[in-house]
Amino acid sequence: MIDRIHRVMIRGKVYEKDQLRVGFVLLLPTMIALLLLFVIPAVQVITYSFTNFSLTSGQKAFNGLANYRYIFTDTKFVKALGNTFTFALLKLVFDTTIALALALMLDSRIPFKRLLRSVYFAPVVVPVVASSLIWIWFFDPGIGPFNQILMSFGLPKLQWLYHEDTALISIILFSIWKGMGYNMVLFLAGLQNIPDSYVEAAKVDGATSLQVLLRIKLPLLRPIISFVIMIGIINSFKVFAEINVMTPKGGPLYSTALMVVYIYEQAFSNGKMGRACAASLLLFIIILLLTTLQHKMGTKKTIELD
Amino acid sequence: MGKRKLHGYNWVATFILVAGSALMVFPFVWMVLSSFKTAADVYTYPPRWIPSTWKFSNYVKVFEMIPFLRYYFNSIYTSVMQTAIQIVLSITAAYALTRLDYPGKSYLIGLIRSTMFVPLVVTLIPLYLLVSGVGLIDTYAGIILPQVFSAFTIFLLMAFFSTVPKDLSDSAKLDGCGYYRIMMYVIIPNSLSAISTATLFSFLGHWKSYTWPLIITNKASYRTLPIGLKYLVQESSSEYQVMMAASVMAILPVLIVFSLSEKQLVRSITLTGLKS
Repeated sequence: MIDRIHRVMIRGKVYEKDQLRVGFVLLLPTMIALLLLFVIPAVQVITYSFTNFSLTSGQKAFNGLANYRYIFTDTKFVKALGNTFTFALLKLVFDTTIALALALMLDSRIPFKRLLRSVYFAPVVVPVVASSLIWIWFFDPGIGPFNQILMSFGLPKLQWLYHEDTALISIILFSIWKGMGYNMVLFLAGLQNIPDSYVEAAKVDGATSLQVLLRIKLPLLRPIISFVIMIGIINSFKVFAEINVMTPKGGPLYSTALMVVYIYEQAFSNGKMGRACAASLLLFIIILLLTTLQHKMGTKKTIELD
Repeated sequence: MGKRKLHGYNWVATFILVAGSALMVFPFVWMVLSSFKTAADVYTYPPRWIPSTWKFSNYVKVFEMIPFLRYYFNSIYTSVMQTAIQIVLSITAAYALTRLDYPGKSYLIGLIRSTMFVPLVVTLIPLYLLVSGVGLIDTYAGIILPQVFSAFTIFLLMAFFSTVPKDLSDSAKLDGCGYYRIMMYVIIPNSLSAISTATLFSFLGHWKSYTWPLIITNKASYRTLPIGLKYLVQESSSEYQVMMAASVMAILPVLIVFSLSEKQLVRSITLTGLKS
C-alpha cells in the first residue's frame, strides 16, 4: 500500500498536512470569537484604564494613573470594594458548609434521595430575575412573609432590603438559597466517588463516623472543595442581576453596591469609561490573586497529607 | 458510604433534609399560590396562604402592563440562536482540540481556559463600545453574537470527544473518510447525549442572561424576558400578585425542562467539576 498521507515538519515535529488544514478551518471561528470577544477587549480594558475616556465629553486622552487615583479616593468605590469582600466571604462560607452538610446527609441512607436532591438543586436553574421578584415580596417590610413570621413570634420587624444594616445580608440569604444546590451536587458526586471499601475498612478498624468524615471523606473531597471555592470566588465577584433588580442604584446608602454595580454606574450612568475600565481591571486582578492564592494553598495541603 | 448498613434509614438526616427542602420549595409554592390572589388577599394579616377566590386576572394584567409576549419571543429567539451558534462553534473547536494535531494547540487550550477566569464584567466596557461602534445596539445580532463563546461548553465536549475510541476514527480513516467526515459520522453520532447536555446547559444559561442584554438594549422592543421583568418591578409598584404571575410564566418552562433533563444536567456539572 502506498502511503498517501502528506506530512510536514514544523520545529522538529512531524504533522499531517490534512490535520493542519482541517484543524485551522475548524478552529477559525473560535479563534475569531476569542480575538474579538476576549483578547482585544482584554487589551482595551488595560489601555482605556489609563485614559480619560468619557462618553459624555467624547474625550479619550492618556491621563496616566488619574483614574486609579480617583477610584481609590472615591468613598463609593471603597465601600463597593468592602461590600464585595463581605459578600464573597459570607457567601463562600455559608454556601460551602451548608452544601457540604447537605451532601453528606444525602449520601447516607435516606428515603426519597433523588427527589430531595432535585428540590435543593431546582433554584440553581431558575432565572435569577424571576426568583428575585419572589424574594422582593418576602423582604417587604409591610406585607412580606418574613416580617409576618417575625411578628407572629412577637419579634421586632426588620427593614430587610430597605435598611443599610440588613440589605446586603438579605441579598446573601437569597443568594445562598439560589446557589448552594450547585455545590451540593458537586460534593455529592465527590462523595459517591469514594470507594465503599475505604469506609468499610476504616469501620472494621473501629473508626467512628466522625473519624471517617475527618480522616477519609474530607481529605478525599479536597480537590472538589478546592474547585467549589475557586468557582465561588469568581461567581461572587461577578454578581449583578439580583442586586440590580432587588436594590436598584446600590441600595440604601450604597450598602449593596458590589464592584460590578460601581463599574456599571460609572460606565452607563456617568459615561466615565476610563474610570470604569480601571475598576474592571482591579476586579480582575483581585480575582486572579484570590484564585492563585487559593490554588497554592489547596495544592500545598494535598502534598502535606501525602 | 454506609449503603450496606443493616439497620434502616438515617432518620436524623432525613428529618433535616425534609425540613430544609420545605424551605427550598416555599418560594415556588408561594409564587404559584399568590399569582392567583387578589390585591386584598395580598394585604391581609395574618397572611392568607390559599387565595380566597382563584383569579386569572393577574396573568391578564401582566400582558397589559408590559409587552410580555414580545419579551418572551425575544428571549426564545436570542437564546435559541446563541445556543445554536455556540454548539456548532464548540463542537468544531472541541473536535479539533481533541482529535487533530497541529502546532500551538496547547497554547490555544490555555487561552480558552484562561477565559474562564475572566468574567464578562471585566471585558464588558470594551465589548459594549465595540458592539455600539458597529451599530449593533438594539439589534438581535448585538444581543446574540457577543455571547456565543463558552469555554465551559468547549471543555465539556472535549471531555466527551476524547472518550470516543480511537479505533473508530482510525477505521473510518482506512475506509477513506477525511477528517471532516470523521467528525460528522464518527465523533458526533457517538457523543449525542453529551451534545444534547451541552445544548441544554447553554440554553438555560442564555435564557437567564441579564447583564449583557440589559446594557445592549435601550428600546423596549428588544428587551429579553429578564430585562422586561426588571422593568415590571419598577412599574408595578408593589403589585406583588402581578409580579408573581409574570414569574410563574418565566420560571415554568425552565422547571419543565429541568424536570425532564435533571439527570443530564447533574451529570455534566459533576463531570466538569471532577475533571478540573
